[in-house]
Amino acid sequence: MAFDYEKYIRPGKLPHIWCPGCGHGIIMKGLIRAIDSLGLEKNNTAIVSGIGCASRLPGYLDFCTLHTAHGRAAAFATGVKMAKPEMNVIVVGGDGDGTAIGGNHFIHACRRNIDMTYIIMNNNIYGMTGGQFSPCTPTGAKASTTPYGNPDPAFDVAKLAIGAGATFVARGTAYHATQIDKLIAEAVQHKGFSVVEILDDCPTTYGRRNKFKSVIEMMNRLKDIAVPVKAAEKMTPEQLQGKILTGVLYKEEKPEYTTEYAKVIERAKGGK
Amino acid sequence: MDKKLPTIEIIEKYCKGCHICVEFCPTKVLEMQGFVASVKNLEACIKCMQCELRCPDFAIKVTA
Repeated sequence: MAFDYEKYIRPGKLPHIWCPGCGHGIIMKGLIRAIDSLGLEKNNTAIVSGIGCASRLPGYLDFCTLHTAHGRAAAFATGVKMAKPEMNVIVVGGDGDGTAIGGNHFIHACRRNIDMTYIIMNNNIYGMTGGQFSPCTPTGAKASTTPYGNPDPAFDVAKLAIGAGATFVARGTAYHATQIDKLIAEAVQHKGFSVVEILDDCPTTYGRRNKFKSVIEMMNRLKDIAVPVKAAEKMTPEQLQGKILTGVLYKEEKPEYTTEYAKVIERAKGGK
Repeated sequence: MDKKLPTIEIIEKYCKGCHICVEFCPTKVLEMQGFVASVKNLEACIKCMQCELRCPDFAIKVTA
């Protein structure tokens, strides 16, 4: 049976603005399937974003949504969660929005371990603003601001999140569409700050400058570089050269921020 | 032939012609007709739903 995505999409919003072959649509479908599988209520789910191609996503979804300032999605989402701790808060955004302009908000949300899910759609570039390089642009890749190749090493978003204190970190790709909803569903269920990085393609501003002939070539690259965590255990470091691990990379239980904050309020009121 | 065929609905208004469904269909059911995808060989469909899952534009609906 065909999945009824339109149940969760605001009427008249499709077709969306993303370019032909852009993986953001695939990730949006994964998010919708994850929300459907968990049975989250529309009125009790907030989807928050900053600015960018990926951050257009909440505009299409029929939930409580917030489209905020560039990079500040995590800050606004923290506000929503603190005001309404019973709400499911999901933040979506791109790599530039999340790790460059919003890098500070991102690491501190990780450190606080506040109960929300941050989905980073990593397409290695600032797509909407004209293809400037982001902290996730690989070394040597071309962008509009690095026409002779990017000298900077790229961020490993998953390692950054683990280092900053996130308690659930997973990674998927836009090619592996069936895995996306499972990772997001597990992340939403996790009590604490969960990060799901989804590797994506940007055929318009990244692919064209970096000699990818088509969307299919970009999708095949995602297919080739992704190695599931369990398969990687049996592989040698040489075999893992240039590969990226996918699946649930890190999980631990730690005190959650809104619960801890409620205790602070109790203490301030004179309780123990 | 008693095999029950699925229906593959392609919403042409949404299709942006990215070729993803055509290239990643394991049994080559779909083809491009100009700028939009269309069904070429429905009998070969194995109902794996990969075209529906991977369509970034919400343009394909497979009902098995």
